[in-house]
This record gives sequence, C-alpha cells and structure tokens, in this order.
Amino acid sequence: MSENKDNLKKTAYTDFHIEAGAKMVPFAGYYMPVQYGGIIKEHNAVRNGVGLFDLSHMGEFAVAGPNALKFLQMMTTNDVAALDTWQIQYSCMTFEDGGIVDDLLVYNLDDHYMLVVNAANIDKDFKWLSDHLIDGVELINRSDDFSLLAIQGPDAKKLMEELTDFDLDGLTYYNAAEEEIAGKVTLFSRTGYTGEDGFELYIPPEDGPEIWQAIMTAGKKYNLELIGLGARDSLRLEMKMALYGNDIDQTTNPIESGLGWIVKPAKGPFIGSDAVVKIKEEKPKRKLVCLVLKDKCFPRKGYTIMEGDEVVGEITSGTVSPSLGIPIAMGYVPKRLAKSGNTVEIDIRGKRFTAEVIKPPFYKKSK
Amino acid sequence: MNIPADLLYTKEHEWVRVEGDIIIIGITDYAQGELGDIVFVELPESGTEVKQMDVFGTIEAVKAVSEMFSPVTGTIDDVNGMIEEDAGVINSDPYGDGWMLKIKVSDSGELDGLLTAEQYNELIEE
Repeated sequence: MSENKDNLKKTAYTDFHIEAGAKMVPFAGYYMPVQYGGIIKEHNAVRNGVGLFDLSHMGEFAVAGPNALKFLQMMTTNDVAALDTWQIQYSCMTFEDGGIVDDLLVYNLDDHYMLVVNAANIDKDFKWLSDHLIDGVELINRSDDFSLLAIQGPDAKKLMEELTDFDLDGLTYYNAAEEEIAGKVTLFSRTGYTGEDGFELYIPPEDGPEIWQAIMTAGKKYNLELIGLGARDSLRLEMKMALYGNDIDQTTNPIESGLGWIVKPAKGPFIGSDAVVKIKEEKPKRKLVCLVLKDKCFPRKGYTIMEGDEVVGEITSGTVSPSLGIPIAMGYVPKRLAKSGNTVEIDIRGKRFTAEVIKPPFYKKSK
Repeated sequence: MNIPADLLYTKEHEWVRVEGDIIIIGITDYAQGELGDIVFVELPESGTEVKQMDVFGTIEAVKAVSEMFSPVTGTIDDVNGMIEEDAGVINSDPYGDGWMLKIKVSDSGELDGLLTAEQYNELIEE
C-alpha cells in the first residue's frame, strides 16, 4: 500500500522540488525528493562541484536552563563540557544496555544547546529525553521551526561567499554562526554528511523560499545541482558514515559500530555508560566493517555475510560506489574477521561473491 | 511518458517488438524512470531456452534490484552486448540502443496476451 501523500508533511521547498522534476517519496512522514536528474549525476556533483539538499525532515530540539549541561552529560555519550560556544559535536544517546537510541549533533549556541536528530527518531528521542528530564532544564521540540538546507561540495564555500559578508575562513569544521545569509539572519554551521566541505542552514520556514531562490540564483555560476535522498545515502556510505536504522540501531552499541570515539566515560556517568564501558573492556564480539568487492555485483542491506557455510553477519548498507565504480558495503562481522585484508563472502540471491575488509573510509579525497 | 504505439507491452513493464518469429524486448520508459540509474544487468546467453513468465534476468539499479520475465516461450536468439558494458543506455534510450534480448518465439499465440500501447498507458496511469 502506498502512503497517501496528502498525509505527509511538506517542507518549505516542496513546490521547488516538484517544479524541478524530483521523484518524491514518503520518508519518515515527510514528502521528500529521492532524486532529480539521477542519483549518480547528483552524487558526482557533490564530489566535484556543489549540491543543495533539503533536509527539513531532520529534527531539532532546544535544551536550555541552568541544568542543561548536566542533563546532556547524562543523556549523551560525548563530553558536552568540552564544547565552546558555537562549537558542535557528533554524539549519540544510548539505552541502559548500550544499544543506540539515536546519533545526533549537539550545538552549543549562545544561551542554549540544540540537538539535531534523525527524522525517523524525532518522536522517540523527544520522549526518551522528556522521560529523563531533570529540574532546571527546558526541552523544546523545534523541528517545525527550521527548514534545514545543506550546501555541500568543494565549491560550497565559494557559493556561500556569494550569499554572506561573514568571513567563512573564520568558520572551521564543526562550528556554527548566526549571520545574514541572503539578507536574513540565519543559524548555520560548517557540517555535513557527505565527506565534502559544506554548510547546513537552519532557516525559519517563512524565510525558506526566499533563501532557496537566492542560493539557486547564486549557484548558477557553480552549476549547483539539487541533491535528493538517494545521493545523500551513497555520499555518506562512501565515507563510512553510519545511518541510523541501517548500520546502527537499538541492537548495536557504539563500540562495535566504530563510534567509540564519541564515547567519553571519563566525563562521568551517562545513561548506558556502565554497559558501554564493559563492552569496551571486554572487547566487542563483532565489528562494523567496510567491505569492497571486485566482481560485478550489487550488495544491498540484508544480504548475508558468509564464512564457508556459516552465516557470520549481514550487510547493513551497500551500493556500487559512484565515485569508485566498485561495489562497497558495510556490515557486522565477528571480531576475528574484522581485520583489514581479511576476506568473507556475500550471498547475493544464491550466488557467492568475495569481499575484502578494508580500513575506512571507502572514498578518500585526492588532494 | 514515451509509449510507442507500434510496440506491445507486458504488465511487468517490458516492451515487445515483433519481427516475424523473432521478438525484441526491453524495458519501458516508465520502468527505467521508476528504477532510476541502472548500474548493470544480468542476461542469459544466446541459445538459452525460456518459458513464458520465467525470470530471464535481473536489473541492478542504484535504488533496487528487479527481475525481468520472459513474455513468451522460446529460445534466446541474441543478447545486447552494449548494455552489458554500459547499462546506462537503458535509461537514455530504452526503446532503441537499450534493447535487451531477441527471442525466437515457439508459440506465436502467446503474443495475443500482450498489451497494446493504449492498454499499457491505462495500466501505468492506474
């Protein structure tokens, strides 16, 4: 049964997508563009030029009040105290057993924190945070207050410079600012999910159409392409960036999924810290690895990973890499097989294909 | 949507051009659009015998894999080598250079069950 699109949420840019000939799909309750001119073309535009993404489906929560820091230290795995004002960190929330609630960005803004969470997890995350709320903390779901756009690619900075007088050289990776973009004061950050330089703009919906058109006009010079969710997925996959619901979820923990670097137990206890520390000490039983294949095949989520006749794991994400032209995949394998150079087999509809474990990421920028 | 009037169609979104006892088949413009970027195809070798509604090959597109079904019983007469090298041709020219197979038809009566362009147009507009 196809979802009735009338029940889906639209963004400030939906009409622009349809006008541009996007293929629209239901995604996490939103009516979103999956592709415009073709996923491979869009992917290459971001790797070699610049692309514009509508990410309005992402969720944003404001966390304010005198105990906001204390609360976020308890709820997230990374050390929020290490964040200076206008800095951002990648983090996650874990359940008591160490399973991942969601991965997220934590922004330290002037007078409050902002959490950016996955669209499909907005309700779950908000409830999880609300259920653990402490005195002196105000938690607000501001997901409908922002129409998020991302500008990504090696030409992203040049394009942004056309839209703002703010000195972007002063805005380093994982830092935010609130400045005029196309004449509108806008919160934006040097962040992204593509492995390229880029910016994410948290735009009030009423300013959305005007800023979109300003970006499109300024973008002509740089052959700006519109990018759908399809290319967003292949771009992040080439960088081994985890996707919640595919590579990480409540049944996976941050240690086995390679997110140990955002777990900072030294900051003090957080929900799930006992379990995560124990997994780290005892070493995880399995690991999320990068797999490359030589033969012509298309690895996809759910295909089994085999060692001889034994099923040893499952593909969590896979594609034929548009940048590299070879099949690539991520999946969990037992620790003994997780070393780079090891080979396993992937069962693709009854046929076996050899896959080699490599060190992440799949795609390395040639400079 | 391009649906040439001189071709026949299947419910599985394939087109069929009849040339005597040989049919040429491919996938429709609608099908290539729904699949998006096609990365590669797996096709049978010439000489392979197929039955009507047998899966004769697979299309691997970026978004999903899909199977192709033989519209008739017969023998594979020729395979388009060009699309085995560059499957993107199916996206750019589905009714021309993007053709897939020629099949020698065993029972021409099976062709009667295929859809006309008008019927196919109704199918995809449903």
